[in-house]
Amino acid sequence: MPGLGITYGRGGATTSLQDLQNSDCILIEGSNMAEAHPVGFRHPMIAKEKNGAKLIHIDPRFTRTSALCDVYAPIRPGTDIAFLGGLINYVLQNDEFFEEYVKTYTNAATIVSEDFEDAGATGLFSGWDEEKTRYDPSSWRYEGHPIDYAAVGGSQGNVVGESGGQSEMPPDQPRPTDMTLQHERCVFQILKRHFAKYTPEMVEKVCGTPREAFQKVAELISENSGREKTTAICYAVGWTQHSKGVQLIRTAAILQLLLGNIGRPGGGIMALRGHATIQGSTDIATLYNILPGYLGMPDANKDNDTWRDYIEDGTASTGWLANFPKYATSLMKAWYGEAFDAEEGALFDRFPRINGDHSYYPSIMAMKDREVKGAFNFGQNFAVGGPHANLARDALRALEWLVVVDAYEIETATAWKMDGVKPEECATEVFFIPAALVAEKDGSFTQTQRMLQWHDKAVEPPDDARSDAWFVYHLGRRIKDLYKDSADERDALIQAMIWDYPVEGEHDEPNIESITREVNGYNVADGSPVAGFAALKDDGSTACGGWIYSGVMAGGVNQARRRKPWTEQPNAATEWGWAWPANRRILYNRASADPEGKPWSERKKYVWWDEEQGKWTGLDIPDFQADKRPDYRPDPDAKGVDAIPGDGPFIMQGDGKGWLFAPVGLKDGPLPIHYEPVESPVPNLLYDKVQYTPTARLFDRPDNPYNKPMDPKYPHVVTTYRLTEHHTSGAMSRWLPWLSELQPELFCEISPTLAGEVGVDNADFVTVSTSRGKIHCRALVTDRIPVYNMDGRKIHTIGLPYHWGPNGLVKGDVVNNLIPVALEANVAIHEAKAFTANLEAGKV
Amino acid sequence: MFLKLTEKDGLWRKIRNHVGTTVEHPVSPATRDIRSRLSDDGVKKAVSVCPYCAVGCSTLVYHRDGRIIDIEGNPDSPVNAGTLCPKGSATFGLHNSPYRWTKVRYRRPYSGEWEDLSLDEALDMIAARLKESRDKNWEEDDEGGKKLCRSQAVSSIGGATIDNEENYLITKLFHSMGFTRITNQARI
Repeated sequence: MPGLGITYGRGGATTSLQDLQNSDCILIEGSNMAEAHPVGFRHPMIAKEKNGAKLIHIDPRFTRTSALCDVYAPIRPGTDIAFLGGLINYVLQNDEFFEEYVKTYTNAATIVSEDFEDAGATGLFSGWDEEKTRYDPSSWRYEGHPIDYAAVGGSQGNVVGESGGQSEMPPDQPRPTDMTLQHERCVFQILKRHFAKYTPEMVEKVCGTPREAFQKVAELISENSGREKTTAICYAVGWTQHSKGVQLIRTAAILQLLLGNIGRPGGGIMALRGHATIQGSTDIATLYNILPGYLGMPDANKDNDTWRDYIEDGTASTGWLANFPKYATSLMKAWYGEAFDAEEGALFDRFPRINGDHSYYPSIMAMKDREVKGAFNFGQNFAVGGPHANLARDALRALEWLVVVDAYEIETATAWKMDGVKPEECATEVFFIPAALVAEKDGSFTQTQRMLQWHDKAVEPPDDARSDAWFVYHLGRRIKDLYKDSADERDALIQAMIWDYPVEGEHDEPNIESITREVNGYNVADGSPVAGFAALKDDGSTACGGWIYSGVMAGGVNQARRRKPWTEQPNAATEWGWAWPANRRILYNRASADPEGKPWSERKKYVWWDEEQGKWTGLDIPDFQADKRPDYRPDPDAKGVDAIPGDGPFIMQGDGKGWLFAPVGLKDGPLPIHYEPVESPVPNLLYDKVQYTPTARLFDRPDNPYNKPMDPKYPHVVTTYRLTEHHTSGAMSRWLPWLSELQPELFCEISPTLAGEVGVDNADFVTVSTSRGKIHCRALVTDRIPVYNMDGRKIHTIGLPYHWGPNGLVKGDVVNNLIPVALEANVAIHEAKAFTANLEAGKV
Repeated sequence: MFLKLTEKDGLWRKIRNHVGTTVEHPVSPATRDIRSRLSDDGVKKAVSVCPYCAVGCSTLVYHRDGRIIDIEGNPDSPVNAGTLCPKGSATFGLHNSPYRWTKVRYRRPYSGEWEDLSLDEALDMIAARLKESRDKNWEEDDEGGKKLCRSQAVSSIGGATIDNEENYLITKLFHSMGFTRITNQARI
C-alpha cells in the first residue's frame, strides 16, 4: 500500500502482532479486529490486561471490538480522513508532537518549492489539469535540486523518479531546510496550515463523532506517545476500500510520524491483511504491474524499450533502490538462465509490456467485452467476491474457456447456471480442477506482519486433488513441449524459461523447496544459495526470483520453517519463521534510538548504537547499515545508501526521512484531503467545490451506473464487513457444516430509528437496492448502529456482511451485487466501505 | 473439565462421597472410556499454518495412515500460542468436508451438467486452449510501433490464498507466455 510505501519507504505493516503487547495505547480504526482477526486481537488484549494499555475503537458500528475497548467513537462511513486530520490538527495546535523525532527523522524541516499551492478553497492542489483530470506533480517538489525518490512494497510497485525536473541550485549544496520549523514554506508549516480547518467542531460536523469522544481519543494518543510511551494504530480494509484509501492510510502514517511512533516497540502501523498470503501475493506478485520483489513491469508508455532503458528507469540514485539493477538482472537470470545476457539484455526485448490498466476490474470488463477469451481462477471466488458481482458473472459467461482450481463448487465455476440463465445459451467451457488444501502440501504463506511461515505436507491430497503448484508446473511442462520446435521469436521466452524443478512422490509433485531456493537466489556458478539480497550482483553471476525474500534460504536452511517456541526467545521472536526484509521484525527501527544512537528511554529501548563494537545492536535485526555511525554525514554527491545520513532511519527514501509531505509518488496529492465517497448522501463540508476525489477512476459504461451524490432515491449509506465464522466470499466456509451452522443466513444491521421509518421489525425481510442491483435479507435491528444528524437530517447506515451466495450449505443473496466499480487512483481498490442504497420493507 | 469430571479421583468422586453411592454416574461408561486419539500409536504430527485470514496462526495437523484426524492450534507460536478462532478450528472440516470436490469436473459449452474427465486429459485440453487463445490474439507492437510482445486474451485471477511458491510459478509461466492480465485479491 503506497499510503505506507510513500510515507516510510515500504508498503508493509511496520510492526508485528506480538509487539502490540508493548503498546501503551492502541487505536483501531477501519477494522473490527476482534471479529475479523480474533486471534490477532489477543495481543491488544494482553497489552490492556497486563500493562493497562488504553484501547480505542473508531467505527461506524459498535462491534465486538468496541465492546472490549476503553473508548468507542462512532464515525460516519467514509469520513476517516476528516477524523484523523482532526487528530493531526490537535497534535500540531497543542504542541503534542515529538519535536526531536519530527525534526530529524521526518521531512518537516525541508523547504518546498514556491510553486506549490495548497488545496485551500478550491479543494485542489497546484498542478491539477481539469482536462486530463490528473495532477502534474512538478510543483510539489522540494526547493533546490530535485530529489530522487523511491518506495518499495506497494501494489503499485517500486516508484522511482525525480521530484521536479530542473535544478534550482547546484547539486553539491545541501537542500534548504529550516530546523526551527518556522519558514513559511517548510513542510511543517504547510502541514499545520493544511490541517488547520480540521477542528474538533468540523470533525463533529463531518464525521458525526461526538466532541467529547474525539477529545478523549486525541488526549489518549497524545499522552501515550513520546520518549517513554508509544501508541500503535491497527487498520484493515475498512480503511483501504475507499476511493481515497491510500490517502486515508497516509493520514494515519503522518500522524504516527508526528507522534514519533514509527520504528519503536509498541508503536507502528499494523496493516491487518485479509487472506493467508495476501502480503505474499504482492511480494511475489501475481499482479499486472509488478514482478516479484515489486520490480515494475516494463511499460510501453515509459522509456522501457531496451534493457538499459528499463534499468535506468527503475534505478534511484540515492536510497536503497540504487540496487535495482542487481535485483532486475538476478530475476531475469532466475527465469531465463544462460539465454539472458546481463550486459545487453538479450531476450528482454521479448518480455511483455503493459501500456495501461490491466488490473482486475478492467480485465473483468474486457472479459465481458470478449477481449479476454480464457481465464484461470486460483483460490478466488470473484463471481460473488468482488464489487458489482453481477457484472463479474456476466463476464464469466462471456468467456470461451475457464479453469477453476478450487476445493468446492464455488460460484465462479457455475456462472453458467446462475441468475436464471439457461445453460444452453452459455458457450463457456469450464474445467474444474480439484485443489489440494494447506495440510496436503508444502509451501509458505506470508502473513500480515511480512512473516513467511512454512507449512509441512501432512497427508497426500485425495483422489485427483493436486496442489496449485502441481497444476501450474505440469501445465508449464506441456506448454514447453507444445512450443519446443517453434522458430517464431514470440515463443523465445517460453523456450528459454527454466522449468526443471525436481518432482517427487506418486503424483510427480514439484519439490516446493526447490522453488523457494530459486526465490531466495543462488550463485549461478555453483548453485549455492546467497545469504541475502546484499549478495546479489548485476553482472549475471547471481540469480534470484524475488529479492525481498532473499535470505529465506540462507545457508541452504529453510528459515521460514524455524519454529523455536516463543517462550524460549524474546518478544520479537526473530527465530520463529522469517520476515522480509532480512528478518527485520520492526521496520525503520533505527528510529527507536535518538539521533545520537541512544534509546529514547530505557522503557522503549529496542535498537541502539554500540560505540565499543562500532555497530547497531539490540533486540531485533537493525533496519540500517550495521556499521553506519549515527554521526555519519554523506558527501553531497554520495550515491545509493551512502547518501543516507547516520540519523536517517527511512533508508528506502532518497533523503532517509519519513515523508509528512510527499513531494512525488502519489496521483492524488502530496497531502490527504477529506472528500466524500463517490456515492454519498452528504455534501463535502470541508471543500465545498469538490464533492469526491477528482482522481477516482470511474467507468462510464451503461452496465456500471453510479448513485449520484445526495440522490434522494438512495438516501442511506452501506458499509460491508466480515464475520468471524465466514471467510470473504464464503468459498472456504459455506461448505463447512460447523461454520455454516454458526452463521447460517445473510442479514443487514440497521438502527431502530431506520427500522421505524421503513416500518420493519427485527428479523423481517427487507430489500436493499442500488442502481447496480438489489438483495433481500432479514433486518437485524440494533442500537449498535448509530444515526448521524447532519444539518437536521438523519443519515442512516446499513451494515452488510458479504459472505453469501447461491451455492454451498447456507445460501444468501450476493451483497457485492450492490457495489459500484469506483476505484482509487493509485492502487485501483474499489469503494465497498461507503456507498449509497435504498432500503424497503419486505421482498420487493 | 469433561475429563476431570470423569476421572476416578476427580469431581465425580467428590460428588459421590458427598451425596452417597446411590446416585448414578451421569456419564455413560462408554463415554467415560473415550480418550483423545492424538497420542495413539502411529499418529504423526505436522506443523502447518491456518489458511484463512492473514494473522498466520500456527497449527498442528495430527494424522494417521494418510488421514487427518485433528487440527489444533500450535502452542509454540508467538502469534497464536495455541489458540484458534472458529474458522481456524474448522480447518479440519475444510479438508474433510463431505461436500468437497476431489475429482475433475468438465462443463461442455451449452451443456446443463458437469461431466467426468481425467486429470491428464484436462491438462492436455487446457494447454491446447491456452496456446490457441495466445497465438490467435498476439500483439507484437502498439500503434506507435513500440514493442508489446504480449497477448491480452488470457487472464489469471487469484493468489492471496495459495502459497508464495505457487504465485511464483504463476507469474513466471504466464509472463513468459506474454500474458499481462495477471491479478489477485491484493490491493495493498
